[in-house]
Amino acid sequence: MNRLARSLFALALAAVPAFASAADPNPIGLKAGVFDPPQPAAEFPAGVHATDRGDLTLARWRGKVVLLVFGFTHCPAVCPTTLATLAQARRLLGPDAAAMQVVYVTVDPERDDLAHVRTYLAGFDASFVGGTGQAAVLAELRRRYGATAQKIPPAGGGADYGMSHSTTIWLIDRAGRLRALMPFGHSAEDFAHDVRQLMALR
Amino acid sequence: MKAVHVASWTLAAVVSAAAGWAAFAPLSVASRDEPFEIPKGTWARRMAGNKVEILPNRIDLTLGLNDQLLLRNLDDVPQQFGPVLVMPGQSFRLPFEKASTYSFDCTAHASGQMTIVVAEAPATPWDRIQWRWNQFKKKTRA
Repeated sequence: MNRLARSLFALALAAVPAFASAADPNPIGLKAGVFDPPQPAAEFPAGVHATDRGDLTLARWRGKVVLLVFGFTHCPAVCPTTLATLAQARRLLGPDAAAMQVVYVTVDPERDDLAHVRTYLAGFDASFVGGTGQAAVLAELRRRYGATAQKIPPAGGGADYGMSHSTTIWLIDRAGRLRALMPFGHSAEDFAHDVRQLMALR
Repeated sequence: MKAVHVASWTLAAVVSAAAGWAAFAPLSVASRDEPFEIPKGTWARRMAGNKVEILPNRIDLTLGLNDQLLLRNLDDVPQQFGPVLVMPGQSFRLPFEKASTYSFDCTAHASGQMTIVVAEAPATPWDRIQWRWNQFKKKTRA
């Protein structure tokens, strides 16, 4: 009986509502996962070349909300879905789209040269900027963001290998702070919502 | 004999009342966070060759109750928490709005994947009993 009483008591405790009010854990109301406190996003290492001009640096986009994506142009599903979703988010933003910058850095420099990445991104949105460079430089950039990438040998022994890579999208605010991380699979509406929230931050 | 009879009826009444409460009382939680922490000194312990696992392979969440994954890094160095790099003293809170199974890359696990299963909020009396029972088991394990 004592054991039963203890169990019932513990069960009751498991569901007792707490009346203490907690601080709002997500004060800017993002759909994405939020870093608290936000910290400056890591600058890109030298040697990441941009598809539009020169080296790709984060500082260049200060004043815009940056959505950083890691992927590769031979990606069969995740990258096309993500980039199409982000292109749609830009359309949803209307005149505010100019404040959103998608930066797509390849994890497959072997096949993704500048021309190839440029052509690939143009199929989604003309404003998207890509980056590529030497494998070691790109690996260092991934390390700074905690992104992963791994080559998958072709199943049949051919040359057409695959890449396993991070599918999340890093959200950087206008002041260059890494604010949030959006898992793969969110809608264009969610991205547009979060970009608007980040645009409103000082 | 009469005392035993009374005790049996009392026990049955208590169990029935508890089951009724567990089935029909509204569910409520103090926080929607499902927290995981990397304690201070974790990096040092790993460097010393100790195996330290923080995140399980699978995390179960329930919409409207515990539907926010909260990762806290209390160590002195940046830590990779599943798919997220969390700086010292920083936390990362990921809300979920849809019931589904989410897979993330996670180099900390042998499978290379971490799975988060988000279930719908318990809708039936039986679902509520099960949820409370699972919470009870979790609390008694802790």
